[in-house]
Amino acid sequence: MTDLTITRSSTTSRITLGLLVAAGLALAALPWINGVGGSGRAVALLVYVLLAVMWNALAGFAGLVSIGQTLFFGVAAYATIRLSDAGIDPFLATILATLIGALLGYVTSLFMVSLSGGEFAIGMWVLSALAHLCVNLDPLIQGETGTSLIALNAYDVETRAALTLWLALAFTAVFMAALILLLRSSTGAAITAIRDDEIAARSVGVDVLRTKRIVFVLAATGTAAAGALWLTSNTSFQPKAFFGVHWTAYMLFMVLVGGLGRIEGALIGAVLFFVIETLFGAYGAWYLVGLGAVAVLFALVLPNGLWGWIGPRLPGEAIPTGYFVHKKEGRTQHVDG
Amino acid sequence: MSAQIINAVLLGGYYAVLATGLAFMFSVMNIINLAHGSLIILSAYGLYIAGHMLGIPLALAVPLVCAVMFGLGCLLYRGVLARASAGSELLPLLATFGLAIILDNLLFQVFGADTLSLAPLVGDLSWASVELPGDIWVGQLSVYILIAAVAVIGVLEVILRRTALGHRIQAVSQDRATAALLGIDTGRTAAIATGLALAVGVIAAAALGLRSAWGPYAGAAQLLFAFEAIVIGGAGSLWRVLAGAMLLAFAQSAGAAVHPQGFLIGGHLAFLVAVFWRLQAWRDRLSALGSARTAA
Repeated sequence: MTDLTITRSSTTSRITLGLLVAAGLALAALPWINGVGGSGRAVALLVYVLLAVMWNALAGFAGLVSIGQTLFFGVAAYATIRLSDAGIDPFLATILATLIGALLGYVTSLFMVSLSGGEFAIGMWVLSALAHLCVNLDPLIQGETGTSLIALNAYDVETRAALTLWLALAFTAVFMAALILLLRSSTGAAITAIRDDEIAARSVGVDVLRTKRIVFVLAATGTAAAGALWLTSNTSFQPKAFFGVHWTAYMLFMVLVGGLGRIEGALIGAVLFFVIETLFGAYGAWYLVGLGAVAVLFALVLPNGLWGWIGPRLPGEAIPTGYFVHKKEGRTQHVDG
Repeated sequence: MSAQIINAVLLGGYYAVLATGLAFMFSVMNIINLAHGSLIILSAYGLYIAGHMLGIPLALAVPLVCAVMFGLGCLLYRGVLARASAGSELLPLLATFGLAIILDNLLFQVFGADTLSLAPLVGDLSWASVELPGDIWVGQLSVYILIAAVAVIGVLEVILRRTALGHRIQAVSQDRATAALLGIDTGRTAAIATGLALAVGVIAAAALGLRSAWGPYAGAAQLLFAFEAIVIGGAGSLWRVLAGAMLLAFAQSAGAAVHPQGFLIGGHLAFLVAVFWRLQAWRDRLSALGSARTAA
């Protein structure tokens, strides 16, 4: 008889957790080190992380490619504008708008999630386009002219930047933790089963629709948080800048390059995108051509992304969602899910 | 009122040409080509170059660009779609969306943000109209576009049902592995089908360029129209696409009648209604509610 011990964490995961916490603390200290400009860029990075992690959860785990996650991104930004116009503190409005995003996600999930592949993808796009048109009808927004989060003027510039950054950090931490906990729960086992083979998952009794809906609502809420944060950080709301399909291109790039179906992949994809955007963002349309080309190349040549190459070469998982079974002889076997 | 109905029918003709290539590719390969709209815009630029810069008459430019796009479609299948559809189900969506991003921005870089039109190529056809009984005027061009839509769908249906190539395409669409076992070159068949879909896109591009104008980023809107027409029409034969296209045009006209900016909203709402309608589970839940009420 062999002795088996089962673990989830490993040296790799402890180092990763340490690095993530250190990165979080460093970002939190940024307002004192780097002032307003640094904080703004840090919020951009965190918004990319949120978008990548959430889009990856949806596409990589639930198998739902959405072209229209801008529905939640844009509606949350719009809700922030509307709530703060009604006299609510803009930071409180950001949080409330995220909850509105969650509600919208729940309602949308009732009918969208049962659509298949391409129908879901473009169906979400239609919903986003519809929301965009409706937002444009609001006299407060004045069509594509847009408006600003004027209520932010109640705070001085330094306080505003620091508060936005800390709120962004809190949101990112909460949504990352929620996703990791979800993946480690029994629903997580169902999610991994769906990721690997939807039909097989159904055949062993996984409630595919319910599981997909849970991931969809989480992804909608996280994307809404990102949209509200982007508004609070940039203050101006022009519908096109929030509902534009370029956001989907960014999400696709981050997730495909980082690695579809792994949280670590989405993370490094977001960091990589942040660096590329900082370096080449000024090239406009050529920059987007490059992003699209790299994403297509990865889809065709390296469909598991960078993490698909790095991950298996590490001892243990960086963000552990599976289990490791150790035999007495010291041989380790990895059990996913 | 009847003028609006007639105009909606004619507009539906345009949406039908737009949607046919997308529906054809989906029915053959189970791939929703998210670059469909962008490829149509590429064809429109192709027609513009042939017509305006090289001075080729439109009647000659259309078959010429059709041939080019057919070749491009074969390449697209061999280079991208074959590889993408060998992997997970998501890859064709991701790859074709990436392709759309590349195309849109490349067209913007090459041709700039200007909106172009093919209307000057055909003289007064773009505004000529005919009078129907009851003092109703309809544009000649939109009648031709509707005729083109019916012709394109008819030709594709004949190819699918009556020719050896069509039978091969149907075999591949139903069961790839079995078709390959029976000696069909499935890769070649799928490449030809992609080419045909893109060639049909050139007809759509001509219709778009003649009836209005386009810019480099117009592809996304065309994709949405095409897709909405397909969903509203429902799967099955290509003739249902024509019906769906007309319903879409009706919904848009109704939306425009309600609110000056309601044209697109009306179309999107019709799409959502169609989605609701088609969700079997939804209807089942309603009927369960109904039977519970009768039992009580």
